[in-house]
Amino acid sequence: MAIEKKPRNKMPEQDAKERARNFGEVALGYTAQQAKDEASRCMHCKNAPCRQGCPVAVDIPAFLEATAAGDFDKAGEIIGRTSSLPAVCGRVCPQESQCEKMCLRARIDGAVAIGNTERFIGDHMLQNGCKPRKAAPIGKCAAVIGSGPAGLTCAAELAGHGVEVTVFEAFHKAGGVLVYGIPEFRLPKSLVQAEIDKLCASGVDIKLNTVAGKTVPIEEIVEQYDAVFIGSGAGLPMFMNIEGENLNGVYSANEYLTRVNLMKAYAPESATPVQRGKHVAVIGAGNVAMDAARTALRMGAESVKVIYRRGREEMPARAEEIGHAEQEGIEFCLLTNPVSFAGENGWVKSIRCVKMELGEADASGRRSPRPVAGSEFDIVADMVIVSLGTRPNPLLKNSFPALPTSAKGTIVVNEETMQTSLDGVYAGGDAVTGAATVILAMGAGRKASKAILQKWGIV
Amino acid sequence: MNTIVKKTRLAENVTEYVIAAPDVARHAHPGQFVILRVDQNGERVPFTICDYDAAAGTVTILVQEVGYSTKQLATVPEGGCIVDFVGPLGNPTDLSAYKNILLIGGGIGAAVIYPQAKALREKGQPSDVIVGARNVSLLMYEKEFKAAAKELFLVTDDGSSGVKGFVTDALQKLAAQNTYDCVFAVGPMPMMRAVCELTKTLHIKTVVSMNSIMVDGTGMCGGCRLTCGGKTKYACVDGPEFDGHEIDWDEAINRSKTYKAQEAEHMCRLR
Repeated sequence: MAIEKKPRNKMPEQDAKERARNFGEVALGYTAQQAKDEASRCMHCKNAPCRQGCPVAVDIPAFLEATAAGDFDKAGEIIGRTSSLPAVCGRVCPQESQCEKMCLRARIDGAVAIGNTERFIGDHMLQNGCKPRKAAPIGKCAAVIGSGPAGLTCAAELAGHGVEVTVFEAFHKAGGVLVYGIPEFRLPKSLVQAEIDKLCASGVDIKLNTVAGKTVPIEEIVEQYDAVFIGSGAGLPMFMNIEGENLNGVYSANEYLTRVNLMKAYAPESATPVQRGKHVAVIGAGNVAMDAARTALRMGAESVKVIYRRGREEMPARAEEIGHAEQEGIEFCLLTNPVSFAGENGWVKSIRCVKMELGEADASGRRSPRPVAGSEFDIVADMVIVSLGTRPNPLLKNSFPALPTSAKGTIVVNEETMQTSLDGVYAGGDAVTGAATVILAMGAGRKASKAILQKWGIV
Repeated sequence: MNTIVKKTRLAENVTEYVIAAPDVARHAHPGQFVILRVDQNGERVPFTICDYDAAAGTVTILVQEVGYSTKQLATVPEGGCIVDFVGPLGNPTDLSAYKNILLIGGGIGAAVIYPQAKALREKGQPSDVIVGARNVSLLMYEKEFKAAAKELFLVTDDGSSGVKGFVTDALQKLAAQNTYDCVFAVGPMPMMRAVCELTKTLHIKTVVSMNSIMVDGTGMCGGCRLTCGGKTKYACVDGPEFDGHEIDWDEAINRSKTYKAQEAEHMCRLR
């Protein structure tokens, strides 16, 4: 049967020039008609390959079918069976390398925009969804350490089955990377708060300003709760250990984004200061680097350069994020590696860089870059944001030595159940995998909750 | 929300706050710090814990009103609340390897060394204590130190109390008469640096407490990084105490001034 060609519905977006100077959301979201129209593009393939591409196995064809029929509540209910944060996932999941990558329509006229449609349904549920009801208590209690995507998902699943859940959050606000890391223009904070309010309404108790291992010893938590899930996140930002890196004006992406996102340093009434660089350089080319670069632009920078030692093909950020950054005027200095920072009166002024060329593929499968002799040159920058990933936080292990960790410092778990070698102690998210995506963390939280419930004979 | 149970003015621009925080009080140790926010628009500011009472569920901090947030805190009355108070953060002080310790407190740092003086007295190992301040009105905990220290040496810049001079003058004198195996110095960075420069020539191991700029205080932001022994360390999770002879002081002092200009501007705007 021939398929009638019908291109993918484009996501309406704020104009690039305009949005580069405001914190409003970049992608504006589908209208109901666009969502229905896009959902109707699903071909309902026999094996639903899209579903295999989803880390939490959302029943994609079913929710698209309901959406196409205009039954948005049902679509929301279907997504809700396996994903607790559709409004978030629809925005920040790398669909192009997951569900949409597997979509057979990709070969015909473009993959079904599953993410955009999910976002529409997620938003619909937040606006119109029925109030969460408290499940009947089953007499078990669980502790969740960290309120990022892994912890929130695990907490939601457990609470949904009548488990009494307490979440321990170190910051003064819940949400983890969703509130301190991902900027407002990609993920509105009001939306994250709505998800968290929903969770609290379902009976979850979130203890803010509580650092597990410091404010409350982890041993005490393990003793007091029937199960513990650790989703404490990635940890310490990595630096390059090159000369001048501790000059004023050199930030980690974590610090810069936390000051702007969580502490709202962009708002005049906020007491939290942040540097406003005129010529900003961001080192690294992952999603966090794109977030930092685009944030710097919105904070008033005249120029923002992304410096990356490999080529365009190797950039780890999502194609969509790179595209958005480029449209907004972010410059890319590829095959370029910083070797030192130079300063004036204690402030960074320029970056000495060297040109790179690509050699053989390395262990990660990417071609490894090597410096071109004699190619040093300087890039002017009065602010630098280092965005090279994180390494595990020693705080957890130091305060709870019994916790099994790898040589790298990440928590070791059984990948099927997310259980550590300690009875009743589970872990997931970046604390286990190292820096990864929101959806993988959510997948881990869901897996752990399932294993916990299975152990108790509840599912 | 945490209640300010007791608020006492100790010196010009220096206030002692006793704050209700049962979990923090229950797990605190000398040398650790807390981070607080005064209101919903407040910044996260770290303060070293001066004292704690697990039974009463309170933590005591000493605050010198030097910037926007510390002045804002001063406007909260006794019985009033602040929005956030988290801790205890950082590692506790560990001076167990030393037998004859000299404690040096400069300015508000005096309050931070008081728990050490008390702990060493309780251990039956009371130590000499030097407390320095700009003038007599900034000297604090004199009575408490007299009770805890083996001997207390007061120093003021203007001679309005104790001996006129700097803590380093007193240190020089004491070191000539005693054999200390460790100096524990807490105060403004320039004072700690001056102590370290002197003790280096005297070959006395010196421990300092670094009050770096932080956001989260749990290792996530890297804002508090400093160079110690040629390596980048985080004051929040690796410290706050370090070998003072290994610290790159130029860098640490420079980093502590990062937001000076912005802070001044923010205060003007809100006035």
